[in-house]
Amino acid sequence: MSPGGTTVQPLVKVEDIHTYYGKSHILHGVSLEVGKGEVVGLLGRNGVGKSTTLKAIMGLVRPSRGRVLFEGQAIAHLPAHRLARLGIGYVPEDRRIFRLLSVTENLRTGLDRHGVSKSRKAELLDKVYGYFPVLAERRNQAGGTLSGGEQQMLAIARAMMLEPKIILLDEPTEGLMPRMVGEIGQIIHMLRRENVAVLLVEQNVPLTLEAGQRIYFIEKGVVRHHALASELRVNDAVIHQYLGV
Amino acid sequence: MSRRRTTVYWTGFCIILALLILAPLVLPEFWRRFLTEILIWGLLAMSSDILIGYTGMVSFGHSAFFGLGIYGAAAALLSVNPPSLLLALLCGLVAAAAAAAFVAYFSTRLRDIYFAITTLIFSQIFYVIIFTWTEVTGGENGLTFSRPPLAIPGLFSVRFTPDTLHWFVLGVVVFSYLLLRRITQSPFGMVLQSIRENEARTRAIGYPVERYKMVAVMLSGLFAGLAGALYALQNQFAAPDFVFFLVSGEVVIFNVIGGIGTLVGPIVGAAFFLLLREGLSRFFTEYYLIFVGLIFIAMVIFLPQGLLGFARRWLNH
Amino acid sequence: MGIPVEQILIQTINGVVTGMILALVASGLTLIFGIMEVVNFAHGELFMLGAYVGVLILAATGDFWLALATATLAIALLGAVIYLTTLRPLLGRDPLYTILATFGVSLVLQNYALWQFGPVARKIEEPFTGQFTLFYLSYPWYRIVIALLSAAIIGALWLFLKFGTWGIWIRATTQDRVMAQAMGIPVPWVLTGVFAIGAGMAAASGVLFGPLVGVTHVMGVDWVLKAFIVVVVGGMGNLAGSIAAAIFISLLEAYASLWVSPAQAVIVSFVVLILTLLFRPTGLFVPTPK
Repeated sequence: MSPGGTTVQPLVKVEDIHTYYGKSHILHGVSLEVGKGEVVGLLGRNGVGKSTTLKAIMGLVRPSRGRVLFEGQAIAHLPAHRLARLGIGYVPEDRRIFRLLSVTENLRTGLDRHGVSKSRKAELLDKVYGYFPVLAERRNQAGGTLSGGEQQMLAIARAMMLEPKIILLDEPTEGLMPRMVGEIGQIIHMLRRENVAVLLVEQNVPLTLEAGQRIYFIEKGVVRHHALASELRVNDAVIHQYLGV
Repeated sequence: MSRRRTTVYWTGFCIILALLILAPLVLPEFWRRFLTEILIWGLLAMSSDILIGYTGMVSFGHSAFFGLGIYGAAAALLSVNPPSLLLALLCGLVAAAAAAAFVAYFSTRLRDIYFAITTLIFSQIFYVIIFTWTEVTGGENGLTFSRPPLAIPGLFSVRFTPDTLHWFVLGVVVFSYLLLRRITQSPFGMVLQSIRENEARTRAIGYPVERYKMVAVMLSGLFAGLAGALYALQNQFAAPDFVFFLVSGEVVIFNVIGGIGTLVGPIVGAAFFLLLREGLSRFFTEYYLIFVGLIFIAMVIFLPQGLLGFARRWLNH
Repeated sequence: MGIPVEQILIQTINGVVTGMILALVASGLTLIFGIMEVVNFAHGELFMLGAYVGVLILAATGDFWLALATATLAIALLGAVIYLTTLRPLLGRDPLYTILATFGVSLVLQNYALWQFGPVARKIEEPFTGQFTLFYLSYPWYRIVIALLSAAIIGALWLFLKFGTWGIWIRATTQDRVMAQAMGIPVPWVLTGVFAIGAGMAAASGVLFGPLVGVTHVMGVDWVLKAFIVVVVGGMGNLAGSIAAAIFISLLEAYASLWVSPAQAVIVSFVVLILTLLFRPTGLFVPTPK
């Protein structure tokens, strides 16, 4: 809340969205918000609709009801490529990097945009290679030859090329070795320092509690609970309730 | 399968059948012939529906089956004297069956688009062979022959009149329709439809999908060949044009316009297309096919289920 | 065998020349299929209309190269229009419908050409008529030039795809259309552009090939069939494969023409196709499937 009592408009606001997959009703009215530069976690068991929520924000799934607002603007009807240009980055489950393109070419898919000067592009590239020196080493290698952890980094780096205001991260630690989880945590901290908001879908609770500021719990396509991460670190009964962990 | 639906269906069937039987008695010769041609093309389209509508395999090979049906019948009528109706039909069927076996062999190994393109190319292979093997097939000029009498050996023999020919063709087409309908509603037909809906699942359940597909192609080819033999009977000439792949394309157009998976739909599609072509050719003698093409494209985009598609469930019970 | 070496050499060159043009036509087709999974039945008609535009421009200006350039651009534009009006609405539907729609388009285009230009064949004059002596025979320069030009155009396409932003966009869209969108790539425009490029290439082939045959409204029909065979034999979506297949098949046919009539020589391509489908269905030059 800014002084004066008026609430600053959230970066992303999802209002009561419903989605269907064929005849299946997946999201039954999901609502959540992410503020500028905030790291928000989305926890829940498998299949409750966490990924679908991210896809709905990214424009890859059209909600049949409800609204999605980005900086106050309704975006649910816009195509995904417009949303990417508006500043929404997406890092999907299983990374989905372009296997046959080199690391640099993968980055260029986000980098080659209108209105970005050559020097700015070089800057962004350098910055990202600075954060991910492993990628710099492999810059001419095909994406498909990278290890799982490297591909995850590439997927995140690629999204950063869009200079996004928010990155939607879908289960980044899935399939990664335990020691990489810490690295993911550091990457999220880095994004926060860059003032990039993060909406993090995860199964890894400790990471989410550590990196996130607020947490939503989804069950059966609806948000059931919402709490500050700080509270949850102290009182984790809720977590057991929704995740059966 | 509600009682009411069945009665409505069969009543409709009988009415249309009655109309078709009476038609030659009231129509001028040109339209009578036109109607008979519609029936023949309708049979061809119906045979194609077995593949497209029920098994989910798009084939551009029907011109081969049809054409070989014509040439097969022609061969019988030219080589045996006196010309025999039964032999002509038989030879047409056998020739088409041979082509179908050839195509069937490949059909099981290829999926979707590859199958479609390959059947198209096979049509062309047959076309080239027929076109260039002039000594046997008459090449570009084709073959002409006389119409055999309507005869059952030993019982009777009578020359065809335009009316009796129409009724004969109608009889064969109706018989084919009823037979195909029976087949598509049988357990065999159900498996075909399940292949169309989800081939992987059907295979996972344990059905030998390849065998079913081969039978479907053979079945389809046989009836297409029958249509060819009837065509030979009606028009008394054979030409390579009928084997050209564009004919297959037209057949697929009939299917889509009429509604795939309905059996009658393709006949309606054939009627619609042929009437449209006839009608437009009177007004725009030179470029009527442009409009036909445009209408077809519009239907593919906006009315993909075809004219009878909405009644598909109903027609199949 | 009794066939003079010179004849075999001539046929080799003929085979390569025809093969290069076929490769140009087939690359457009395989590009469209590889990226959009659309089987473009109207490709032969785009080839044919390109030739006709060439005829018109040539008649008006007398400049062959201008005709080539104009035809390529004009038909590329037509390709974009065709894509936007008939194929875009069909995105996401059963691929059968795109086959049917493009078949309908080919019907419309063919008859349009018949209506506008009539059934009599038109001629495009070669831009230069010199010949050079090969052994004791004279061989037209123009044919060599066509082969070189086709190779150049295909080479340019390859470079375009390898470097350059559009190349990356096209390749990314081919690999993962959804993620390409998520990366801000304007996929609808990429698809339109690819179709236009394919159309333009077909048109260029039409103009280049025009002087070798008469320009008629049915000239596309034979080519589309051959092009499909080439695309399947080369491996659908495989650019290098289709080029290799185009030359391979054309060479075989050229040699076959030494013994049988050209009309029968086409059976060679059919046989190659059948063998490919039987033994290496993913493409003759593609390592056997995973």
